[in-house]
Amino acid sequence: MKEVDLVVIGGGPAGMAAAVKAKEKGVQDVLILERENSLGGILNQCIHNGFGLHYFGEELTGLEYAARFIDKVHRMNIPYCLETMVLNIGSDKTVTAVNSTEGVFTIKAKSIILAMGCRERTRGALNIPGTRPSGIYTAGTAQKYVNIYGYMPGKSVVILGSGDIGLIMARRLTLEGAEVKMVCELLPYSSGLTRNIVQCLDDYNIPLKLNHTVVAVHGKERLEGVTVAEVDQNRKPIPETAEFVPCDTLLLSVGLIPENELSRDAGIELDPVTSGPVVDARMETSVEGIFACGNVAHVHDLVDNVSNESELAGESAAEYILGINVPDRSETIVVKAGNGIRYTVPQLIRKQSLSRDTVKIFFRVADVYRNVRLAARCGNNILVERKRIKVTPGEMETLELKSQDLREINAGEELVIELRTDGEGH
Amino acid sequence: MPEKRNLICINCPVGCLIEVTLDGDTINSIKGYQCKRGLEYARAECTNPVRTVTSTVRVKDGILPVAPVKTEKPIPKRLIRDCMKEINRCCVQAPVKIGDVIVENLLGTGVNIVATGNVPEAHGKNGS
Amino acid sequence: MYDVVVVGAGVTGAFIARELSKYRLSILVIDKESDVAMGTSKANSAIVHAGYDAVPGTLKALLNIRGNKMMKRISEELDVSFKMTGSLVVCFSKDGIFELEELKIRGFKNGVEDLEIIGADRLREMEPNISPNAVVALYAPSAGIICPYELTLHAMENAVENGAELKLECELSGISYDREVFRLETTKGVIECRYLVNAAGLYSDTVAEMAGDHSFRINPRKGEYVLLDKIYGSFVNRVIFQLPTDKGKGVLVTPTVDGNLLVGPNAEDIDDKTDTSTTSRGLSEVINVARLSVPSLDTRGIITSFAGLRATGSTGDFIIGPSPVNNKLIHAAGIESPGLTAAPAIGEMVADVLKKNGLKLEDKPDYCPYIEKYTPSRKMSESQWNEAVKKDPAHGRIVCRCEKITEADIVASIRRTIGARNVDAVKRRTRAGMGRCQGGFCSPRVVEILSKELGIPFEEVTKSGGKSVFLLKKTK
Ligand SMILES: Cc1cc2nc3c(=O)[nH]c(=O)nc-3n(C[C@H](O)[C@H](O)[C@H](O)COP(=O)(O)OP(=O)(O)OC[C@H]3O[C@@H](n4cnc5c(N)ncnc54)[C@H](O)[C@@H]3O)c2cc1C
Ligand SMILES: Cc1cc2nc3c(=O)[nH]c(=O)nc-3n(C[C@H](O)[C@H](O)[C@H](O)COP(=O)(O)OP(=O)(O)OC[C@H]3O[C@@H](n4cnc5c(N)ncnc54)[C@H](O)[C@@H]3O)c2cc1C
Ligand code: SF4
Repeated sequence: MKEVDLVVIGGGPAGMAAAVKAKEKGVQDVLILERENSLGGILNQCIHNGFGLHYFGEELTGLEYAARFIDKVHRMNIPYCLETMVLNIGSDKTVTAVNSTEGVFTIKAKSIILAMGCRERTRGALNIPGTRPSGIYTAGTAQKYVNIYGYMPGKSVVILGSGDIGLIMARRLTLEGAEVKMVCELLPYSSGLTRNIVQCLDDYNIPLKLNHTVVAVHGKERLEGVTVAEVDQNRKPIPETAEFVPCDTLLLSVGLIPENELSRDAGIELDPVTSGPVVDARMETSVEGIFACGNVAHVHDLVDNVSNESELAGESAAEYILGINVPDRSETIVVKAGNGIRYTVPQLIRKQSLSRDTVKIFFRVADVYRNVRLAARCGNNILVERKRIKVTPGEMETLELKSQDLREINAGEELVIELRTDGEGH
Repeated sequence: MPEKRNLICINCPVGCLIEVTLDGDTINSIKGYQCKRGLEYARAECTNPVRTVTSTVRVKDGILPVAPVKTEKPIPKRLIRDCMKEINRCCVQAPVKIGDVIVENLLGTGVNIVATGNVPEAHGKNGS
Repeated sequence: MYDVVVVGAGVTGAFIARELSKYRLSILVIDKESDVAMGTSKANSAIVHAGYDAVPGTLKALLNIRGNKMMKRISEELDVSFKMTGSLVVCFSKDGIFELEELKIRGFKNGVEDLEIIGADRLREMEPNISPNAVVALYAPSAGIICPYELTLHAMENAVENGAELKLECELSGISYDREVFRLETTKGVIECRYLVNAAGLYSDTVAEMAGDHSFRINPRKGEYVLLDKIYGSFVNRVIFQLPTDKGKGVLVTPTVDGNLLVGPNAEDIDDKTDTSTTSRGLSEVINVARLSVPSLDTRGIITSFAGLRATGSTGDFIIGPSPVNNKLIHAAGIESPGLTAAPAIGEMVADVLKKNGLKLEDKPDYCPYIEKYTPSRKMSESQWNEAVKKDPAHGRIVCRCEKITEADIVASIRRTIGARNVDAVKRRTRAGMGRCQGGFCSPRVVEILSKELGIPFEEVTKSGGKSVFLLKKTK
């Protein structure tokens, strides 16, 4: 069996950043396994701009952002296998994969980084009733057809879900000559960036219908239309508001799910809210020596955050392999999503791994709130607190905690991330 | 006649609703922003709104039929449709390399259209 | 001029054709759709019923039992996924035991001898996720689960390999009969034959009427289903029924042969024979009723939903035999549940009816009951898989990541005896696109492979034939 120090599964931005960092930190023997025919992950179909403002300080398209990391991988001579699908990982850190040159092969790794990204939620998951014609795509699949294959999926389009991919596709299809009739969003607010609402919808007079959903699909062979209805406070469609909208294409932009089939099979503990592995502040999963980063850990809206998080995972894996700062895993602080918070990453902090000055906690709020404070609290002691005029579930939030403060917390105690109101203006 | 325009600031998640009153091309007042970036944004949106356009161009003999492109700098918003016409007229020969200039000085704006991805040449490129 | 034309390439027509292909006959099967098993045979519960609930003495009872007994051999001959899981009819009140006793007696009369009534403890041991309210159950060890389109497809392929012909997208629209010859008007021209078999499912009354036979009617009765992700596949180990009602066997919860969990169907009489749409009312009914059996059913696991139409005949039983107006027209109509189970037995019976009405059945010595096995890459051992990759690198290229289907599997599905011609047909043959991402990831690749294999441009590749294209035109 071939032996490798570090196997990185997935050659998207997460996998590349992690591999590069691990090599920089002294791991000689790194291998990236990627099932597509090029590195870059989902960025290969993101021809739009809006990437890299934070990480590179300039605005790039998705492909350009990916190209910078691909360059780094090449410059550092990090080997990678393309069109190579990982089939299985064992808790003993063996990785089984298949490709068309080597067949099925197994690698024994000292450490593994999971960077498999995520997949899109589908119609089935939403259980939209009606017929099953062609013309219904997830927004990402449509993006691939248009941007990579150079084909139009349809000419009159309704988009369900106002996530960024849906908004980006609304503009993209409009520019290519399709008529985008509306974007329906079940919630009273959009999960997309304001920037995308303005530049992808408003610029082209595409209506955004909040509190609306698709309640039925029509057409026997090709899609002929959808029924759209307004929903009440409980998100139940109001029958009197149902309206037939003729269209030949329905795009679904209704959320992403981290791709954790491999993790599940390896016995890695998953967080039911993020659908990603439970990780500590070094991005290590419940299985020692297996790390996770990027969209496989939790869905990110900005690739810049993915790169930072993945560098942390790469560095941690390097430390693990080289035997530096490897913590005793028994002493942990539990990070809890408190009032108004949907989830946090990391979900726990290992007390003895506080070798860096600060620890960043990433989290999402559960609803739109105005004039609130985001706080990290242990018992009655508030460690940090930040004011926010407005927070929304669509934007990932962070709090940076001083390691020195965290050291004071006893193992087994909870660090609660929560939303506090001033009692006014909520 | 002064005209009112409502904008949403895109510079941060707060998304301030900004109200601008215009008299022809002159701005009379800007209200509703909570920081300087909002003010600047509103001013630019009302005088000279600009956008980066991204799309694809046809490629001959490439491993893919299209290559991704963008306007190197943002161009005036009113030129987007004409810019798309230019882009749709193009056809480039593979290989295409990231950074290649596809259209020079687009519509006299001084902005180039450049490739944002690589499309290598297809081997055995006979047939269509 | 054919000896026999069979109208309908569902499971019934497929097994009739296979049975007839044992003899020196020229046989043609026609179907209006673009693939076999596009009617009821692709959307049903996929259960091989034990046979205790049909009324003793009916064809349904007789053919169910015979079909059930044949299924193991058939599944081996035709390389069809089949598991004899057993089934349970669960009751939520002690009184239910009387109804279970009645079912048991009925089963005994039909010839199902191994039925057993079991108590709560044994039930829970067998099915840990069963409702705490379930107190008693009827256990039928001889029930099983099968892949319905694989069964239909492989039976039809076996028939074709033994000399039968198949014409798809060939709709019958008129029948005339003159001097012992049927003239069939179809979308593919006029076809002549000496015997005509009507296995047109929901439309078998329409076909009968074309020949002037108004002796029965078929009414569609819709049943809706939800299908759950593989991580829920072992949520139950057997087919779980509730007590049957007058509309059918009620909502069941069952593992599928591919390891998913299937929940449904409800039963609703409708008018439109083409209406296989799902409804929010129907789907929530199915889920709510299923939760009586398994309260912890997790709807977040749903990956897709669909509906099937039962071809409910006006006589209440299968209608198998010569038409009252012409004994060369043989009906195999009103084949509602347990039609899938009964199909092999129906095939035999129809051959027998044809013989009794004058068709000469002369054995064909080179008839082969087996179809060529295809082992998908993922089911190979590691060394077999490596060998396969060496011979054909396409075995090493995964196209559908959820189900681990390779390019070689997809190409094979297009090149087989009855090859896939569209994306759904590939999906039924290989499972590519049936997993949790429902084709989001693999459908572009499948479109690409179909386009290349069939030599057609992308914009002519369809989801399921007709106008169901994926892509309209090039962007540039
Ligand atoms: C359509 C879309 C638009 C976006 N727009 C923006 C934007 O405007 N600005 C911005 O900053 N961010 C944007 N993002 C977010 C950003 O692109 C993602 O957060 C980022 O790509 C995630 O990186 P990743 O490496 O975790 O995942 P991915 O990019 O998905 O990469 C995962 C890689 O793992 C591979 N893989 C998975 N499983 C296996 C396996 N079993 N074996 C081998 N390989 C495997 C996959 O093929 C893939 O290449 C967008 C995302 C999407 C989907
Ligand atoms: C909800 C539901 C659940 C079921 N569950 C089970 C079960 O668990 N176990 C079981 O044993 N059975 C079950 N059944 C019954 C079983 O599915 C059917 O009995 C069986 O599939 C019927 O097959 P068929 O070939 O007769 O009909 P079909 O599969 O409908 O085939 C008829 C074919 O005829 C073609 N056709 C019609 N008209 C024309 C024409 N004019 N020209 C050309 N072609 C034509 C159609 O296109 C179609 O392909 C269930 C049925 C339903 C609806
Ligand atoms: S004006 Fe300032 S605070 Fe308001 S949205 Fe713009 S950047 Fe944010």
